[in-house]
Amino acid sequence: MPAAKAAFYDVDGTLVKTNVVHVYAYYAMNRGSILGIAGRTLATAASVPLFAAMDALDRKTFNEFFYRYYAGLSEDRLVAIAEDMFEDVLKPALYEQTRDLIDQARRAGCRIVLVTGALDFSMRPLARYLGADDMIANKMQFVGGKANGKVIPPIIEGANKANAIRSYCVREGLALEQCHGYSDSASDYAMLSVVGRPTAVNPDMRLRSIARAYNWPILDLK
Amino acid sequence: MRPLKTLQKLYDEESQVVITEKGSPPRALFYGENFLLEDLPVGTRVIFPRPPLAGVPNVKAAIRWAINHPEDMEPLHALLRPGMRLTCVIDDISVPLPPMATPDVRQSILEVVLELCADSGVDDVHLVIANALHRRMTEGEMRRMVGQKIYDAYYPDRYYNHDAEDPDGMVELERTPCGTHVVAVNRRVAESDLVVYVNVNFVPMNGGHKSMGTGVTNYAGLRAHHNPKTIRSSESYMEPSRSELYRRNERVGKAIDKHLKVFHIETSLNNRMFGPGVDFLHKKEEDYTEGDRLKLHGMRYALGKLPRAAARKVLNSIPAPYDVTGVFAGATEPTHAKTLEKSWQQYVVPVQGQSDIVIFPIPFISPYSVNSVLNPLLVQVMALGYFFNLNRGVPLVKKGGVIILTHPAFDEFDPVQHPSYIEFFNRVLPETRDAMEIEQKYEKEFAENPSYVHLYRKGNAYHGVHPLYMWYWGENGRQHVGKVICAGAENNHVPALLGWDRTDTLTEAIEEARGFMGRSASISLLRIAPTVMVDVK
Repeated sequence: MPAAKAAFYDVDGTLVKTNVVHVYAYYAMNRGSILGIAGRTLATAASVPLFAAMDALDRKTFNEFFYRYYAGLSEDRLVAIAEDMFEDVLKPALYEQTRDLIDQARRAGCRIVLVTGALDFSMRPLARYLGADDMIANKMQFVGGKANGKVIPPIIEGANKANAIRSYCVREGLALEQCHGYSDSASDYAMLSVVGRPTAVNPDMRLRSIARAYNWPILDLK
Repeated sequence: MRPLKTLQKLYDEESQVVITEKGSPPRALFYGENFLLEDLPVGTRVIFPRPPLAGVPNVKAAIRWAINHPEDMEPLHALLRPGMRLTCVIDDISVPLPPMATPDVRQSILEVVLELCADSGVDDVHLVIANALHRRMTEGEMRRMVGQKIYDAYYPDRYYNHDAEDPDGMVELERTPCGTHVVAVNRRVAESDLVVYVNVNFVPMNGGHKSMGTGVTNYAGLRAHHNPKTIRSSESYMEPSRSELYRRNERVGKAIDKHLKVFHIETSLNNRMFGPGVDFLHKKEEDYTEGDRLKLHGMRYALGKLPRAAARKVLNSIPAPYDVTGVFAGATEPTHAKTLEKSWQQYVVPVQGQSDIVIFPIPFISPYSVNSVLNPLLVQVMALGYFFNLNRGVPLVKKGGVIILTHPAFDEFDPVQHPSYIEFFNRVLPETRDAMEIEQKYEKEFAENPSYVHLYRKGNAYHGVHPLYMWYWGENGRQHVGKVICAGAENNHVPALLGWDRTDTLTEAIEEARGFMGRSASISLLRIAPTVMVDVK
């Protein structure tokens, strides 16, 4: 009897063309009041160069910094708007071949797991749409029904993604060396290294060179 | 005095075999993207390809004649009905090698067939490339194969590659009671009123029942014959009656013929592999002119100075000016019998007895590396899979003998076309070279790997399971020979992983082989390319 296995997918840049900033921008633009929309949208737009610089420097620092922007947003509104956000932002940004890629893994007997640094409530509609069996994502802390801008540790990024995948496999009785991993970014090097069958998807320059060096398959998802 | 007819026959049979003497010229041998110029030991038997047969004077006329006078079927025009659904299934880029000068014979056939379809009111026509688990052909390659006019009219909606992994794209025609063997074909093909198979018979193992049985099926369908057991039971891939591989394809093909109406159009080509400028490669070295020698030296110098990728590009850019020697049409078996006859007429050279040591020069190209790299697994399949099997029944090398191949055996893979080969070579071969064990332990995993499936379906990659098939392909050669020596291998690890010895030069390889087989060991050189097959008496 072959060992149970899973396929772990990073989301932003791997399955969809967007990233966490697009998702937040949608929330910012659907704030409920003109003043709120203007304030959050302008603040987000003004911060884009800062986001880019921080992301280039360190993904963890960027995530911690970035999620502070959620502070003050109410939980029920975030959850309610997630469905619209999926329809308006994520669904149109899905690569055409994403579904095929996931269906092929499912046919090969893999459990489908999304592993993302995005917030769980924003990714749930996408996970449902893709038929994912599970999701490993960041969880926002809410105090009195409002986000406080902090993520429940450990923050899912970089090496923590690898740890989360390893723990998940132990918990679910999966053979890690038979599992597949998919990502677009060198910041997910740890996640790709921990699984037995890593694949680079639309990789950035660093990941492309790592994938070439280690003979990992490279997919150009369209 | 012998009658003229006997003398002529003797000349025809013997002239392709030259025994090396003291004053014999050095032989120009393919060595990947370059040539070696080697003196061989006195007594070495050199087997040359036959000169190219004359082509038919008018290819389109020959095609028309064949489809109007088919074997065991009604003429094509009589099978066409207005409004019917027709699919032309076409051999892919793996044949012929190198790709033939335009117009490709497939284009000529399609021009005739499609015109006939249009005249008969058959408009629902699709062109499906029978690539099985081979890579998808690129747009440029597809355009070149059928010509601009057909390409513009049919691509991409009605001219496309077969997709063996499309979950809705396959139809199962039959299944054995135990469920292990499946006859499955492309849905469009299965749902057509008439299938026209457009074949190019490059070597005798192409065509016949293999065309449909392999070309438009899927992994489940191929498992019936693409396995080590079948390969071990095949004495020669090139002679259907001695090939278990062909027998199994025949069973599949007959099942297909039971369900579908297939009109085969098969073509045979001559041996004119090299065009003006490099046509001296057809000649025996004894017949080289000063100009030929100059060209060979110039070519060796230039190719030697170029980076390997550039040399490959240069060699790949020289199309082969093949001539069509025959066009045959109709039902599978009688059509293929005629094609085989013509094919053997071109390729087979009778030789007396097997040899202890056989030398195979390995060129830059194989059926699976067109516009790509001949990676170590493909070098292996060329030597032990194809060249070892270029015979009618009995291999040229004796059981337990030595094969020497000339190739640099560089550790180079094309990640676009051969991504799963890389994993197979680096992960599986260090663990085991036993084809049976590899099949049991790794075949399913490679076949189902979603990344490789994706690269096969959406990119231009060979299917994940293909490197395993390449390893199986060499299985009867591996089981037969006592030793393989790679002469001129530029590293140690590639020959070691393949289970071979290596030497720096061909002379050292011959010395080592003689050490293994004895000082009086007989030596033969199969002077490929062009293609040559032996009929060992």
